[in-house]
Amino acid sequence: MSNALIRMPKSAKRGEVIEVKTLIQHPMETGFRVGTNGTMIPRDIIDEFLCTYNGVEVFRLKMSSAIAANPFVSFFTVATETGVLFFRWVGDNGFKVEETASITVA
Amino acid sequence: MDTHHKTDMTRRGFLVQSGTATAGAALVTLIPLSPASATSDEMAAAIKEVVGSAKLNPGKVTLDIPPLVENGNAVPMKVSVESPMTARDHVKAIHVFNERNPQPYVMNAYLGPRAGRASVSAHIKLRESQKLVAIAELSDGSFWTASANVIVTIAACVEDLTL
Repeated sequence: MSNALIRMPKSAKRGEVIEVKTLIQHPMETGFRVGTNGTMIPRDIIDEFLCTYNGVEVFRLKMSSAIAANPFVSFFTVATETGVLFFRWVGDNGFKVEETASITVA
Repeated sequence: MDTHHKTDMTRRGFLVQSGTATAGAALVTLIPLSPASATSDEMAAAIKEVVGSAKLNPGKVTLDIPPLVENGNAVPMKVSVESPMTARDHVKAIHVFNERNPQPYVMNAYLGPRAGRASVSAHIKLRESQKLVAIAELSDGSFWTASANVIVTIAACVEDLTL
């Protein structure tokens, strides 16, 4: 249904600060726009994004209607150990996408 | 930087697919429309919800956004905060507010010492030329702020002509 892309290093040194870039396909309909038939187009946005690193939350973002379509979000995290980063986007109309990315820490 | 694709999809493929979904948004024309817009007062109230009675200090925060934006539908924005990001001294949250979108909220990012660097980027929508305010909440309970003025030539949130 929806495509998510994660970009981050596959490997890093222990303690290195890495950048994680995420992109997901979503219209992010604000709920403030009027269609040609004169009715408001109902809101349909992603309102929460979460990233955990081996089960520990490292980043969380609450989004609003002011986030552009196909939300791009990037943030940093410390490469502490080899493992898996888990990403979850949750939004209106039951929208939920989960993605993982693994990292090797030397 | 080494890249990692979880799916076998390419960036190009992604953009082509999402391009069809947003083609309509790129073709918007400017139609004056006046749904309720957040005012400076509403922004101030939204900021107060976060900051409470604490003092809002200027500094430490850098709000990177182009001063002149052609298309308000996707404006790159980056908020960074000077902080050692240690367990004792780190940024707990970064909040961004706007003055003249229909509502004053943009985003609230929650981070901690595991972030390593207090910096968050996102693409945002701007309905018209306005002021943006970024606020950083530090682990010692202090609040720091920066603001930026943006001029927008094609606004977001205009009537959808694709329906």
